Amino acid sequence: MVPVSAYVVVSAILFVTGLAGVLIRRNFIIVMMSVEIMLNAANINLVAFASHLDSLGGQIMALFVIAIAAGEAAVGLAIIIVVFRGKIATNVDQINLLKW
Amino acid sequence: MVQIFFAYFALVSIAAGILTVSLRSPVHCGIALLALLGHVAGLFVLLHAEFVAVVQIIIYAGAILILYLFVLMLLNLKTEERYFHRRHAWYITGVGALTVELVMVLLASRFDGAKGPATVEAVEQIGNSMAIGIVMFSDYLLLFEIVGVFLLGAIVGAIVLAKTPSQADLSGDER
Repeated sequence: MVPVSAYVVVSAILFVTGLAGVLIRRNFIIVMMSVEIMLNAANINLVAFASHLDSLGGQIMALFVIAIAAGEAAVGLAIIIVVFRGKIATNVDQINLLKW
Repeated sequence: MVQIFFAYFALVSIAAGILTVSLRSPVHCGIALLALLGHVAGLFVLLHAEFVAVVQIIIYAGAILILYLFVLMLLNLKTEERYFHRRHAWYITGVGALTVELVMVLLASRFDGAKGPATVEAVEQIGNSMAIGIVMFSDYLLLFEIVGVFLLGAIVGAIVLAKTPSQADLSGDER
C-alpha cells in the first residue's frame, strides 16, 4: 500500500513544475498548458485524500475541476486566437496595453 | 506490485511535466502533456478512482489537449529563439527552494482525519461510477447545476470572442 504522503509529494512537485512554467515561459499556449499541469496536481491531491479518508467527495471535486479546466481552455484559447489574429502580440510579455 | 506501478506512474508524470515546461517546440510540449495526463490517469486507477481516470482520459486527453493542438496548428507559431523570460529566469531558484521546503513539510505531516463511509469494499459492491453518481446527484446537486451554467457561459464567451468580425463591425466606429 502506497502512503498518501507519496501522492501528496508527487502532486507538490507537479504543482511547482507548472508554477515555474507559468512564470518563465513566453509562449501563451505553453503558459496555459502549465496551468493544466497545476490543475492536474490539485486533482491528484483531491483523489488521494478521497481514497485515504474513504469519502467520494474528493473524486467529485476532481470531476468538477476537470469541467472548470475545459471551460478555461475554451475561453483562454479563444482569447489567444483574437490576440494572434489582430497581430497584437506573439508572446505573453508583449501584451502590455493594459499595463499600468 | 502497487509500489512498482506507483513509482512508474509518478516518475514518468514528473518527467513529462518537466518536459512540458522545458521543451522548445509547442507541439512537443503538447505531446509531453499528453504523456503526463495518461500517467496521472494511471495514478487515479491506483487510488481506486476508475471513473475519474476514464474521465481524465476522455475529457483531458481527448478533448482539451486536441483543442490545444488544433489552435497550435491553426496559428502556425514560429519557434522562438528565446523561449524563456531571461529576466525572470532566477524565479527557478525560488521555485526549487519552495519545492524542497514543501516536500519536507509534507513528508513530516501526518494526514489523519475523520473517515467517511465509502470504503473500497463498499464502493466495489455497487461500482465506482454508480457510487459517484449517487453522491453527485444528491449531496453535490447544486454544484453540478452551477457547473452546467458555467460551461454554458464558457461556450457563449468562446464563440463571441473567437467570432470573425463581420463587415458591418469593421466599417463601423473605430474601436
